[in-house]
Amino acid sequence: MNEIGLGHYLTLSAIIFSIGVIGIFLNRKNIIIILMSIELILLSVNINLVSFSIYLQDLVGQIFTMFILTVAAAEAAVGLAIIVIYYKNKGSIQVEHIKNLKG
Amino acid sequence: MLAHSLFFYFFSSIAVLSAVMVTVSKNTVYSVLFLILNFVTVSILFIMMGAEFLGMIMLIVYVGAVAVLFLFVVMMINLGDSEKVSALRKGFINNISVGSVVGIIIFLEILVAIGGWKYKDNFSPLSSLNIDTKITNTHAIGNVLYTDYIHLFQISGMILLIGMIGAITLTFNKKENIKRQSYFKQISRDKKSAVTLVEVETNKGVKIDE
Repeated sequence: MNEIGLGHYLTLSAIIFSIGVIGIFLNRKNIIIILMSIELILLSVNINLVSFSIYLQDLVGQIFTMFILTVAAAEAAVGLAIIVIYYKNKGSIQVEHIKNLKG
Repeated sequence: MLAHSLFFYFFSSIAVLSAVMVTVSKNTVYSVLFLILNFVTVSILFIMMGAEFLGMIMLIVYVGAVAVLFLFVVMMINLGDSEKVSALRKGFINNISVGSVVGIIIFLEILVAIGGWKYKDNFSPLSSLNIDTKITNTHAIGNVLYTDYIHLFQISGMILLIGMIGAITLTFNKKENIKRQSYFKQISRDKKSAVTLVEVETNKGVKIDE
């Protein structure tokens, strides 16, 4: 077994990123799982930044990971609030019913 | 070194499996629980890498706040009926082909980018923020976060504030039939509009609201 290096972590983050993208395709009807897949994608970006930060012995990557964490939390809060009021108005959260804005 | 690689493969396989389960599990609550498992394993990986502070922050922010928020929203929205669940999963089988093709293409592209990538021999990092091995990770982050990155730090605080205000104003519903304080009205009252002096004649009294 060879030593765990940068490539292993980058591959892990690539796998999680692709799973997030596939999740958006598979669960097109369920908007909560779409939001969770977006969280997975942001997580893989965080893994990428942290592993490069450790590999280069440079702290900036970890600091920017904290900012990504902040933005992800705010985005999840606002997105879930929108889902809640949409459910209150329509009684369902199916994505295909959301076509009132169709031009 | 053997233990390190064993732990890496163990935790990364758990992370990948739980990420798969987030996307394919039938029940949305199970998806949220697998998301929590994924966050926990990734934070353990961060701690293994040497970013202890970020690993702990991941536990607090993602597991303690974001995942619980997801759980609460799943709880507030009624997804329990079997017909609703089947409607939410309609097209799952049809989308597998397109989704997996696109996902595998993206994965291969990233893999090509990682595999063919190499530093120059005379590479020198642009930043001077080298990790000091004598002080702890938390100490090092605190040293730069509150000095060099103070503006970004405060802007991220503003982002959180705006997100909080947005979430509250979106979900706040005004109730009828409840008497509330109106601060502006109360403060802007003055003596002229509030008090009137009336000469009361004997045996006649005063009519209020006239």
